Amino acid sequence: MISSVFSWLGDGANWSGPDGITHRLVQHLEYSFGALVFVLIIGIPLGLYIGHTGKGGVAIAGVANALRALPTFGLLLYLVIAYSGNLPTDWIYLGPALFVLVVLGVPAVLSNTYAGVQNVDPAARDAARGMGMTGMQVLWRVEVPNALPLIISGIRSSLLQIVATATIAAYVTLGGLGRFMIDGLSQRDYAQMAGGAVLVGLLAVALDLVMAVIQRYVVSRGITGRYALPAASADVVAAESSVSV
Amino acid sequence: MINYLKNNPDNVSSWFFTHLWMSVLPVVIGLIIALPIGWVASRYRWTYPPITNLAGLLYTIPSLALFILMPSILGTKILSPVNMVVALTVYSLALLVRVVADGLNSVAPDIRAAATAMGFSGIGRFLRVDLPIAVPVITAGLRVATVSNVSLVSVGALIGVPQLGSLFTEGFSRYIPGITLLGILLCLALALVLDALIVLGSRVLTPWQRAVAKR
Repeated sequence: MISSVFSWLGDGANWSGPDGITHRLVQHLEYSFGALVFVLIIGIPLGLYIGHTGKGGVAIAGVANALRALPTFGLLLYLVIAYSGNLPTDWIYLGPALFVLVVLGVPAVLSNTYAGVQNVDPAARDAARGMGMTGMQVLWRVEVPNALPLIISGIRSSLLQIVATATIAAYVTLGGLGRFMIDGLSQRDYAQMAGGAVLVGLLAVALDLVMAVIQRYVVSRGITGRYALPAASADVVAAESSVSV
Repeated sequence: MINYLKNNPDNVSSWFFTHLWMSVLPVVIGLIIALPIGWVASRYRWTYPPITNLAGLLYTIPSLALFILMPSILGTKILSPVNMVVALTVYSLALLVRVVADGLNSVAPDIRAAATAMGFSGIGRFLRVDLPIAVPVITAGLRVATVSNVSLVSVGALIGVPQLGSLFTEGFSRYIPGITLLGILLCLALALVLDALIVLGSRVLTPWQRAVAKR
């Protein structure tokens, strides 16, 4: 069983052309990063605002938890059936797919950004104010650098969830690596199915490593010492855990 | 939506209960396995980084991919429910190992010292002092694991295991939004009820938290 998977992956013919692995991989990355851009545009400013002002934190935690319970696959199919008549032809499937991926990705970025800013040592914030910094200066020079480890880990888990879930886009006739799993299933071709699964798994692990490297080099060295002891509060557990479909 | 429910009550209720056990069982098994491993990671500090890194790596693998790869690892049939239960157990375990270790680490050293002074040691201290104090952190992890399992199980409809996710695919193939919506609402209801039960359980297990809050 396993050797047939490797021979499928090793067959050059499976890599080229519009149905080939290379093109499907590019599509998968397009969906994922396309959705991630919207996630960042929505999640980061909102998270910074809530963390900085302290307004609406409870509401956001509630919404983020409720969104976790929303079955992404069901939402995608529902949106396609219910709104396909109202969308331009190119967007009938792509629109709902991107929307679902954004809905999936926002909570991790939003709640981590908010938790990161909120968890900044109050003494550091007070000291910054005492030095005469304005609210904006406190935000950009103290709170954001201190919150950066959590913000980036939020982006990291959000990206992983999106990449994992982008596979189900194939069910509604879109491309991406999920194509191999869905087609393999309907053609009873286990090698193709498992080959697709291996590729998505490798992609997720590779992107996670890239994000780990980014996290290491972007975060100020004065702050990384903070992570020597594992954080253990219910908030942080909730903020750092993610779902991958 | 209502009509569908009226015409197919047996299907829907059997899918609901399949969905229920497929979401809960992996968390229960995962917790049972995670407790000793989490204890090791918290008791012997040098094991914490390798254990949590391995758990993190397992958690990175997309679940649909894991469902599909299970038959080649376990030798089961592609449509067997065992694949999903094992895959979801792996996820729950990966999440809970870290949560258990972090929860046990959150026990303050002076509480440990006091317990030791009162004559608690070894397994007795673990079960009667450390574990109860770690309950709030562990239940936070249980909530995440359970609620996400409800959503992950529904994806199993793609590989043909009938449960509430079957309402999604049936609604899609017949192009009737109501059927899919029914599936979404039942999934949400299931997730919220399970979440509430865990919160309730956590409250019952930690009466001292409310005693402190009242003061």
